[in-house]
Amino acid sequence: MEYIYLAIPLAPLLGAIIAGLFSGAIGRKGAHTVTILGVATAFALSLVCLKHHIIDGAAAYNDTVYTWMVSDGIRFEVGFLVDKLTVLMMNVVTFVSLMVHIYTIGYMADDAHNWPKESLAGKNSYQRFFSYIALFTFAMLMLVMSNNFLQLFFGWEAVGLVSYLLIGFWSVRPTAIFANMKAFLVNRVGDFGFLLGIAAIVAYFNSLDYWDVFAAAPAMSDLQISILGDSSWSLMTVICILLFIGAMGKSAQVPLHVWLPDSMEGPTPISALIHAATMVTAGIFMVARMSPLFELSTTALSFVLIIGAITALFMGFLGLVQHDIKRVVAYSTLSQLGYMTVALGASAYAAGIFHLMTHAFFKALLFLGAGSVIIAMHHDQDMRNMGGLRKYMPITWLTSLIGSLALIGTPFFSGFFSKDTIIEAVKHSQTPGAGFAYIAVLLGVFITALYSFRMYFLVFHGKPRMDEHTREHLHETPWVVWVPLVLLAIPSIFAGYWIDPVVFGDYFKDIIYVAPANDSLATLSANYHGAVGFVTHAFHGPAVYLAAAGVFAAWLIYMKNPHWADKAQQKAGFIYRILVNKYYADDFNNAVFGGGTRGLGFALWQLGDRLLIDGIIVNGSARVVGWWAAILRHIQTGYLYHYAFAMIVGLLALVSWTVFLR
Amino acid sequence: MLDLPLLSLLIWVPILGGIAALIVGDREPWGARTIALIFSVITFLLSLPLWGWFDSSTAAMQFQELQPWITAFNINYHLGVDGISMPLIILTTFTTVLVVIAGWEVIKFKAHQYMAAFLIMEGLMIGVFSALDAILFYVFWEGMLIPMFLIIGVWGGPRRVYATIKFFLYTFLGSVFMLIALVYMYLQGDSMAILDYHTLQLGMTEQILIFLAFLLAFAVKVPMFPVHTWLPDAHVEAPTGGSVILAAIMLKIGGYGFLRFSLPITPDAAMELDWLVITLSLIAVVYIGFVAIVQQDMKKLIAYSSIAHMGFVTLGFFLIFSIIQNNGGTQGAVLGLEGGMVQMISHGFISGALFLCVGVLYDRMHSRQIADYGGVINTMPVFGGFMVLFAMANSGLPGTSGFIGEFMVVLASFKADFWYAFLAATTLILGAAYSLWLVKRVVFGEVANDNVAKLQDVNGREFFVLGTLAVAVLVLGLWPAPLLDVMHATIENLLAHVTVSKL
Amino acid sequence: MITLAEYLALGAVLFSLGVAGIFLNRKNVIILLMAIELMLLAVNMNFVAFSHFLNDLAGQVFVFFILTVAAAEAAIGLAILVVLFRNLQTINVEDLKSMKG
Repeated sequence: MEYIYLAIPLAPLLGAIIAGLFSGAIGRKGAHTVTILGVATAFALSLVCLKHHIIDGAAAYNDTVYTWMVSDGIRFEVGFLVDKLTVLMMNVVTFVSLMVHIYTIGYMADDAHNWPKESLAGKNSYQRFFSYIALFTFAMLMLVMSNNFLQLFFGWEAVGLVSYLLIGFWSVRPTAIFANMKAFLVNRVGDFGFLLGIAAIVAYFNSLDYWDVFAAAPAMSDLQISILGDSSWSLMTVICILLFIGAMGKSAQVPLHVWLPDSMEGPTPISALIHAATMVTAGIFMVARMSPLFELSTTALSFVLIIGAITALFMGFLGLVQHDIKRVVAYSTLSQLGYMTVALGASAYAAGIFHLMTHAFFKALLFLGAGSVIIAMHHDQDMRNMGGLRKYMPITWLTSLIGSLALIGTPFFSGFFSKDTIIEAVKHSQTPGAGFAYIAVLLGVFITALYSFRMYFLVFHGKPRMDEHTREHLHETPWVVWVPLVLLAIPSIFAGYWIDPVVFGDYFKDIIYVAPANDSLATLSANYHGAVGFVTHAFHGPAVYLAAAGVFAAWLIYMKNPHWADKAQQKAGFIYRILVNKYYADDFNNAVFGGGTRGLGFALWQLGDRLLIDGIIVNGSARVVGWWAAILRHIQTGYLYHYAFAMIVGLLALVSWTVFLR
Repeated sequence: MLDLPLLSLLIWVPILGGIAALIVGDREPWGARTIALIFSVITFLLSLPLWGWFDSSTAAMQFQELQPWITAFNINYHLGVDGISMPLIILTTFTTVLVVIAGWEVIKFKAHQYMAAFLIMEGLMIGVFSALDAILFYVFWEGMLIPMFLIIGVWGGPRRVYATIKFFLYTFLGSVFMLIALVYMYLQGDSMAILDYHTLQLGMTEQILIFLAFLLAFAVKVPMFPVHTWLPDAHVEAPTGGSVILAAIMLKIGGYGFLRFSLPITPDAAMELDWLVITLSLIAVVYIGFVAIVQQDMKKLIAYSSIAHMGFVTLGFFLIFSIIQNNGGTQGAVLGLEGGMVQMISHGFISGALFLCVGVLYDRMHSRQIADYGGVINTMPVFGGFMVLFAMANSGLPGTSGFIGEFMVVLASFKADFWYAFLAATTLILGAAYSLWLVKRVVFGEVANDNVAKLQDVNGREFFVLGTLAVAVLVLGLWPAPLLDVMHATIENLLAHVTVSKL
Repeated sequence: MITLAEYLALGAVLFSLGVAGIFLNRKNVIILLMAIELMLLAVNMNFVAFSHFLNDLAGQVFVFFILTVAAAEAAIGLAILVVLFRNLQTINVEDLKSMKG
């Protein structure tokens, strides 16, 4: 098995290296063949692992691949921990990645349009793109398969790097290269916390290995450390909050969410792969993996819960006012990530991971569907120019409908099972802040349905609003584009039925640890009687009705009475402005952090370095020497008798010193 | 093991090569360059057995050579290396080869003297790292200034005179205090051997004064805030090769000095004054990080980032005492010391590579102003790839060498104090900010002007130089264990020595 | 009988005259040389006086040496003076200030 585990990340890496370094030699066909082959190998082998761990029931594998270094008795290693959680993530990652790889053949086919003619960077851009997404698959696999914090951090930053490269893929676009820098820097703010969290772990556990740390953690749960003055903090709270700050960056939780909407500057396939299905869920995965630590700190769980609830609700609102089709999906992603975080905060890790999985399928589907629309629309992303696409693009329409239904939590679709579990779990959670979170996620259901179907109606129904030329060329996209849509639509519908073992069964036994006092899922599983029973139970709660109300409202506002939307916009101009400006978060960050940093840097440079050190101390001391010399030179008159006089005076002084004073 | 005087060869072969290059002159363009290349490659090859035959299980000095030099004052020609100096010597020989290749056709004015200066410089720097006699060390230390003074003064930019004088006076100021300390210790112990200084009993006041004298000498070299302002000026005016040597090796001599002199000779003073060094290091990380962000000149930006990164070196070295104080044990101290060492080696690669990148652009456009560039990747895609890689390494991306040292030092500093770690970790944000903003403005975007549109991508020679460094950065980043292994014994011995009070 | 104190007083007066001659004289370099000779002679006077009163001939031997050196010095000094005059057309002390800082 070890070789299989090793081959899973290395196959995409090999593909990436070949496609990246020999892009000129192997050509476009070679590039996509080799990377798809690599990712397909990884997917096939992941399926083998799935069988090995779930059907054959193999024990978790935890071993070192090689020792990165040893210092101070701490082993820094690269190694794999493969258990059922890992296997689930591996399959999600490689499956979505494979779909995106295939899809990309169609999406990037005419990428030359996106580059100025003479630009050499655009020459092998197709190969480069494949190289990047295969490299991403490698990095993501390293992240999820890690058995220690070092490799986790490696994968964490490596996916950030590839995300940086891909958001700025069209490097001639000023918005793209702004967005990618922003994404990397905001992520670095999160990583700042994450690194400190790891440092705290090493400082108190002297190990980077997950299992070592988890085993030692309960003994440390009462340890208090003082950080600021005499106020003492529980070590576990500090560690968990620091780690979660990392997750906030990667999984785009408020207030570090600002990078994700801008990341839509990248090509659509990577929005689906990186900024919806996999990379942004790394934070969720990480917290679930660290459940033995998080369970030791109610404060940290409460923090997680509240941040998640804020993200789930308030990012959803923003989806209502966007016109760019990808940005609607992006805000929906933010909101759904908030749901997952809420699940983590409520100690329903299994539900969070389950939602991660279903979300990966239907959100990748929605993004790729949006991409398909964008291809058909000749790279116009404004929904105001769409409408009535149902007739022209039947497969895209149907799959997008499936994706939307799954997203809003329609009964029997995958999203329903995962989202409803989260809502129920929050209801039963005792973690401080759960009351607020429950209201937020319930309200979020309505908002989700509203913006999803707003988008759906605006794009696929109603009168076509595009110009004549575009409409004439509207047609279904080629098979490489729609086949992945269909393949993603299947799990978007059916993945939910896996709820039985994953959430309510013992799938995550010994992997995810939940303290009995926090176990909100336990109440649910006591009442759980099969998937169908789960659905009928749901009709006793408000969530399903809220979703239906959302769809109905969307139909009413955007289909039946389109002028209502404009009227609402005018009536609630104040709120509308806040939403359109994204709560002024970007403006605030640009002014305070961007401007502040530059201002501070400039001030320190000019005042500290130039004026104080160079001006006063360095050149100042040179100037003082100069002044003294200018004064003392007057003694040097050049007249012999002055020198003689000085000699006599000096002689007299010396003689009188020796005679009188000694 | 062959019985070669390996260290002497490493010192004198390049110096002889330099003299040979001077004799050949510049009558024919190929002569001096070829000699320089041959001699630098020979030196590099000679330095490899140093690694191969190095016994990493012992902390004792190896490859020792001992000849009487000035017997009246008990001064010897005494050479030897341990796990601290050996990697630095290899870094020196490695970098010099690249510098010679990088200056191949670029230097037209008195190329033979340019090459000679670098070869002589190399010999002197190896001398600094391998000298075990204080006066020999001091001679090499001061001698090193002369070629660098000439390199900046002769082949430098428009403000080179200001920069050279500033550079010289700054470093000289520090050195004289060091000389006083050395002479004082000679008078106390009647020996000039550095290893004898390590065991010399000194009182607290003496230790503090000696420590401060050393601190001044090494802080200027490193450079630490607030004696850092010579570095940006020197870098901006220096030719590419000069910047590379300056950043990659000369700065390391300061860090080396802390390990070889300050810590073992005056452990009690170091314990007493560690707050000073730690504060200055953290100021270097944070303050200089902010200053680097707003630089308009590429070389200045990289120079400031060097100062910030060297802050990690000194921070890692001086964490020992607060770790012991807070935890009662030395667990974590080795991490800081080794982190500082790795950071020095890695910074040698990365800053050298970044200066070479700027050199590549400067050779084509004759400008270092960021505003003159934009969209370079459209005309120089290969170069753009290198630049992004090195910028990422500079911002400490895992998988590149820039990550290891910072990671280790942050881990160690958390043991010492939460706020040390907090401030040190800001480099994740600040380092990324200045590196990536540089890349965004220079490499990415649309072609900014006609000059950029006419740029030619890197040629084979430049590709070789940058490619070699890229490999070095990645290999060290993916597998630092071999580097760590050679220094374990020495560092542990050093730590054991430092933790014993001399009072 | 003339006492030692009177000799010494004379020496001191002569020496002071020489010193005063050096820095009061602003005109002629020759006078400078003469003033220097005067100082030397004042010292010689002291030597001779001490030699006489202490009955030690060494002092007078010293005087011979000093006279010899003074003669040589005067010769060289005058030679320099001639060269100086030839080059600058002046021996005015006020004009000789090329060493001014």
